Amino acid sequence: MSDTLLEIRNLRVSFPTLQGGRVEVVKGLTFGLGRERLGIVGESGSGKSMTGRAILRLIRPPGRVTADRMDFQGKDLRSLDESAMRAVRGAGIAMVMQDPKYSLNPVMTVGEQISEALETHERIGRRDVRRPVLEMLEAVRIDDPVRVAKLYPHEVSGGMGQRVMIAMMLIPRPAVLIADEPTSALDVSVQAQVLDIIDDLVRSHGMGLIFISHDLDLVAGYCDRILVMNRGEIVEECAAGRLSEATHPYTRGLLAAVPRLDEVRDELPVMDRRAGAPA
Amino acid sequence: MSGTIAWLLDETPTSRMQARLGRLYRLTLAILANPLAVVGAVIVLTLVLTAAFAPLIATHDPIAQSLSERLKPPSAAHWMGTDELGRDIWSRVVYGSRITLTIVLLVAAIAAPLGMVIGAVAAYAGGWIDRALMGLTDIFLSMPKLILALAFVAALGPGIENAIIAIAITSWPGYARIARAEALVVRRSEFVAAVELQGASAWRVIVSNILPLCVSSMIIRVTLDMAGIILTAAGLGFIGLGAQPPVPEWGAMISRGRSFILDQWWVATMPGFAIVIVSLGFCLLGDGLRDALDPRRKEG
Amino acid sequence: MSALSIRGLSVSYGETTVTHDVSFDVAEGESFALVGESGSGKSTVLRAVAGLARDWTGEIVAFGEPRTRRIEASFARRCQMVFQDPYGSLHPRKTIDAILAEPFAIHGIGDTDRRIVQALEAVGLDPRFRFRFPHQLSGGQRQRVAIARALVLEPRLLLLDEPTSALDVSVQAEILNLLKRLRREQGLTYVLVTHSLPVVSFLADRLAVMRQGRVVETATVEQLRDDTFRDPYSRELRRLSQPHAR
Repeated sequence: MSDTLLEIRNLRVSFPTLQGGRVEVVKGLTFGLGRERLGIVGESGSGKSMTGRAILRLIRPPGRVTADRMDFQGKDLRSLDESAMRAVRGAGIAMVMQDPKYSLNPVMTVGEQISEALETHERIGRRDVRRPVLEMLEAVRIDDPVRVAKLYPHEVSGGMGQRVMIAMMLIPRPAVLIADEPTSALDVSVQAQVLDIIDDLVRSHGMGLIFISHDLDLVAGYCDRILVMNRGEIVEECAAGRLSEATHPYTRGLLAAVPRLDEVRDELPVMDRRAGAPA
Repeated sequence: MSGTIAWLLDETPTSRMQARLGRLYRLTLAILANPLAVVGAVIVLTLVLTAAFAPLIATHDPIAQSLSERLKPPSAAHWMGTDELGRDIWSRVVYGSRITLTIVLLVAAIAAPLGMVIGAVAAYAGGWIDRALMGLTDIFLSMPKLILALAFVAALGPGIENAIIAIAITSWPGYARIARAEALVVRRSEFVAAVELQGASAWRVIVSNILPLCVSSMIIRVTLDMAGIILTAAGLGFIGLGAQPPVPEWGAMISRGRSFILDQWWVATMPGFAIVIVSLGFCLLGDGLRDALDPRRKEG
Repeated sequence: MSALSIRGLSVSYGETTVTHDVSFDVAEGESFALVGESGSGKSTVLRAVAGLARDWTGEIVAFGEPRTRRIEASFARRCQMVFQDPYGSLHPRKTIDAILAEPFAIHGIGDTDRRIVQALEAVGLDPRFRFRFPHQLSGGQRQRVAIARALVLEPRLLLLDEPTSALDVSVQAEILNLLKRLRREQGLTYVLVTHSLPVVSFLADRLAVMRQGRVVETATVEQLRDDTFRDPYSRELRRLSQPHAR
């Protein structure tokens, strides 16, 4: 497994409760990531987003993260100091979040933000930065990069904003991209474009992708391998193409609960959430 | 005891009362978790107790003069010394807490609700009502508080009641601004739309849906403003337009001690300490309340 | 008589006109869906019907009575709305009890206690939720409360603005089942706004596809299921809604 980018063993994330105890939201997760597209699927509260944040050490106290192993390209992420960690975030592992509106700086132009992302991680002169920025904007299929680079975040649409985010995240050429619900705020037509762009870049750069989403179908369409999470644990791991053969009752319940385009069922099957199995 | 706590923290309260008390208990827990807020709360509580039990705590009559005892430094007999008329400063400071508390409470009781209603009505009504009310607010805000209070007291005549009215008149615009800002956010929320759709009158929407959400920021702001109110009252007392002699108002006491500040420092310093400590207490408590009450700050 | 009849509706926000010349009819007891992408104006139509968007021209007739720009008490008892965001549509400082009691107070209806218990029962919420605050409830439970609130005045027309799009898949299924059951039991008329065609397929009888403020096609749900839309945009929207359609 020389190609393993990320190796996570027994990852646990916990938060304190009012009563003085601690509640675990991620309970001993173990998985590895190669140069592949890994989907993490789960409902809210499943711990899927916390997993992504824990890898980037973005969980602040009083949240607590422990793991037996958390290696990124042979580096132990647990032992890195904050400045080394900052270098990993962005240049090593990048993250695209749900809503570009909150992730982009409203008082900087799109171009400035992308160049800043590049300058933080590479020694590059002010003058040399322009070309890679425009190239990157072209790579995320923005037709008129020169004009768009001069726009402010509020002047671009949701789909365009998310493409700008992706450009910003991918310009330092990270080895791993964590995409946390990258298209949930977008319309279906734009959703497909954005995912195609991510897919394209991940393949051509030989990156590893962790695609976190609540949407089983979507993940199945864009990933090689899927982890299904429920209540902080992985309940099912399978190849994306074999999702329909999933065996765990929770996964089966999730698949059955989604209405279909040619829906004729009078009632959708619901899960008994205490047991995590279909009722 | 543990039974009571379990009852208070019960996630499934069975009555309106239990739901309310439970919320109060959680709030208390949140404040107790913040050491500075506890310090503030202790200071404010001390102020309240001192005011309530002033006759028991004071060692002397606060207005009894004794010319043989004039300007004595702090000692076992007079813990904070005596002033130029031989009155015991400790006892005067203790009784002064009553005046301070009265001023603070009355100003809060007049200015905060007034400002809140004006701000909420302006935000909800919008249009010319909003412009008119906010124009008025801005006129008041554009004048320095102390000067404005001075003008009112001068017009109404000196005295503690008039000082309270004057301070209240000068404080409401700040609350109106905050209430309007809060209400503007709430106004666009879906729960307000839902109540409107049920056929609620504008007044009902404001009173039962918008105002309850302005209350916590108002409590925070009023607590933080207490220090300013105390200082304004003291300022009015200092210039002789607030409490009239021989009432032991802290500001007036400092003013009288001014003439002896170099040789008999305690006369002005002791009430000064009282003002500083009480102001600080309100500020700390206000900060603690903000952390505990404001849900936006809890996130992240 | 149709429950809702809209003719030539154009709604504006300030200077911009959001919908242009929208017309459709919803029969009593029918479930009608407005679908489209964001910015298509589908929610705006709903807000104009409800009385939350007031700057419009055209004609809106509900149960034979033309809509005004106000929300009259009589209209409130006939038509209610369920919003998208179960976190934003319940007052954060009120208990479920107080939220459900408000409509009764507004309309001077007595016997509140019994009616609240009944309303909770109807949407499948345990009575022990009654004195909780919204933040102590999950998203699905909150949406049940919002539905209960919309139904306590016993309206005949229910406007649903993306009622399940903020919810998890398994919770969405529960709420969709609930909405379907309530319509059957109480003979309600639904006007549903959604971006999700599968939800339409489950819950609606007919639909109008909107694009950039205009209705491009009105169709039956069978046309959706059988993929026999006439308009190319509707067909494209349907294609993109299929899983694995790339």
